[in-house]
Amino acid sequence: MLDIKNLQVRAEDKQILNGIDLHVNAGEVHAIMGPNGSGKSTLARVIAGHPEYQVVDGQVQFEGRDLLEMDPDERARQGVFMAFQYPVEIAGVQNQYFLKAALNAKRKHLGQPELDAMEFLQLIKEKARLLDIDQAMLSRAVNEGFSGGEKKRNEIFQMALLEPKLALLDETDSGLDIDALKVVANGVNSLRSPARATIVVTHYQRLLDYIIPDFVHVLSAGRIVKSGGKELAFELEKKGYGWLETGAEPVGA
Amino acid sequence: MSTATETIEQLATREYKYGFVTDVEADTIPKGLNEDVVRLISKKKEEPEWMLEWRLKAFRLWLTMKEPTWQNVKYEPINYQDIVYYSAPKKKKVLNSLDEVDPEVRATFDKLGIPLDEQKLLAGVAVDAVFDSVSVATTFRAKLAEKGIIFMSFSEAVREHPELVKKYLGSVVPYSDNFFAALNSAVFSDGSFVYIPKGVRCPMELSTYFRINAKDTGQFERTLIIAEEGSYVSYLEGCTAPMRDENQLHAAVVELVAHDDATIKYSTIQNWYPGDKNGKGGIYNFVTKRGLCAGRGSKITWTQVETGSAITWKYPGCILQGDNSIGEFYSVATTNNWQQADTGTKMIHLGKNTRSTIVSKGISAGHGQNTYRGLVRVGKNAKNARNYSQCDSLLIGDKCGAHTFPYLEIRNTSARVEHEASTSKIGEDQIFYCRQRGITTEDAVNMIVSGFCKEVFRELPMEFAVEAQKLLSVSLEGSVG
Repeated sequence: MLDIKNLQVRAEDKQILNGIDLHVNAGEVHAIMGPNGSGKSTLARVIAGHPEYQVVDGQVQFEGRDLLEMDPDERARQGVFMAFQYPVEIAGVQNQYFLKAALNAKRKHLGQPELDAMEFLQLIKEKARLLDIDQAMLSRAVNEGFSGGEKKRNEIFQMALLEPKLALLDETDSGLDIDALKVVANGVNSLRSPARATIVVTHYQRLLDYIIPDFVHVLSAGRIVKSGGKELAFELEKKGYGWLETGAEPVGA
Repeated sequence: MSTATETIEQLATREYKYGFVTDVEADTIPKGLNEDVVRLISKKKEEPEWMLEWRLKAFRLWLTMKEPTWQNVKYEPINYQDIVYYSAPKKKKVLNSLDEVDPEVRATFDKLGIPLDEQKLLAGVAVDAVFDSVSVATTFRAKLAEKGIIFMSFSEAVREHPELVKKYLGSVVPYSDNFFAALNSAVFSDGSFVYIPKGVRCPMELSTYFRINAKDTGQFERTLIIAEEGSYVSYLEGCTAPMRDENQLHAAVVELVAHDDATIKYSTIQNWYPGDKNGKGGIYNFVTKRGLCAGRGSKITWTQVETGSAITWKYPGCILQGDNSIGEFYSVATTNNWQQADTGTKMIHLGKNTRSTIVSKGISAGHGQNTYRGLVRVGKNAKNARNYSQCDSLLIGDKCGAHTFPYLEIRNTSARVEHEASTSKIGEDQIFYCRQRGITTEDAVNMIVSGFCKEVFRELPMEFAVEAQKLLSVSLEGSVG
């Protein structure tokens, strides 16, 4: 589904990714781990098309198409979704209005009829129940005055509604207490399907207690320095990132 | 340079869809201004002697006045001798019915979406159509007259209801009020007159549609609305003008009088030609609007959506004279390309327990400069006066500006005055967030802007709220690439 080759990325004058290779198949869950500044969030944001980054080299194919050629909104309509580390507030715009605009943009793109207000309300009620979302949250302005946990939950809710093919979770666990973490993890797990791939970006192993990955990749200084199964996460938890970072030096040399 | 700035750099040309000119045979007087011109206008309008006298007094005072310079806008000096002060489509005889409106003029209003045909009009909206210097048609007059409501052009009111005009003209905005009010008082050509009798709730929205057509012509209209005890009226004005390279002056005066327990809702959707994307041409919209809450428990609400004009200079205010009276001001002002706006309100609290609310939303894009200027004055007898002001500015891009000048003059210690202000920028982050959800940049900007303006839009009459929203998205078109 997603095929990344030799991806090199800069932001302003700083090289952040130094050649990433990653292959993700439908149905798989990949965890991207690494210390602060290793470039793991950058990877997710570049896949989503954040304008702050310039791709200097490499390729990203999504379902056989050149993802880097697409505008961010087109990527989204094609099925790429990113749950933001810091969801953005939009004053005065009702959450459900925003969601409807997003869903209908996607449906229109796929040649499906747009949902009218009644059909849409029906749908979000169902999804809200599924994810244990307080419905009052839907009539508030997008993320405005939401607690950290509510914001993250709202991201997962949007993901459930938009049913992406590729879901990117950018440090969705940061700033969450254990209960909120469980809610978010349950949401993600309920969306696991053979047709959907998920990339979980996280600093800590604890999220992976709840979302069990098929693969774990460790990033350091803009490179994947180690890949493995879920047990790699436990190893990291025990040893920290240090042993990999020092080991990474010769690879780059 | 960040990518957001780059995208914003890609300014597309903005379409002004009301920029056409109507070819109509006009009765136009030569350019220039002197006492003879004032006399000529009065004569053309077949005015009584007292009206001419009032105009002349205003004119003589105007000659001694200086154009204000304190506003935060820049423009080349206006040559007042280079303006045509009267231009009207020629008519063969007095209009007896709407069918007699010049077909060209009628077609113009059709094209603007204001059909002068009562059957075709929005149900529940009566229209007075002003074309250059004169009112060309007023719809639903007969129906309104059944309730004793007077809705007619100002010129007709001068002839048919001189006692009312004499009593109220200049009672809220005296001709000595300011430079542009004095100029208007001397040369005003038409406008709308509304009188709602005691206890009557006006059954439809009243509206005036102002159209400037002729070249080099200034438009100087007056609106006077009187709401007697316990009455209610909702009034809306709309404005457009052709695209021209020269600036044209529009200097209007609006006076509102609300007696005991009367309510006047006055809404404006101002879409004068704003000039092209390089700042050439456009209307100078220099307007004086004021409402007098004369009676106990009276209420005046100003709602304005200002998207057009090269320069906007206006402060619709309320004099809260009656005890327990209420003044409200809700405003959205946008400046795109090279537009400038210096707008706000004046709330003058004189009576006891008077309350005022100010909600101002300024949106700046391109090189637009947007200034909020507001005065809240609480007089020494205004016990328990309350004011709440909120001024929010939204910036799109990094070449525009937002400025806020709130003035507070409080002379009574029991007053409670609150002022909140915020400035935000449509950020790259907000737009990216929307785009990541599949929403296009253009839709994202519209969504963010209408969310920002929501508190004002909900004050507009329903028929026009949708229109205002559309207008806003057109006026910001191309502000983000």
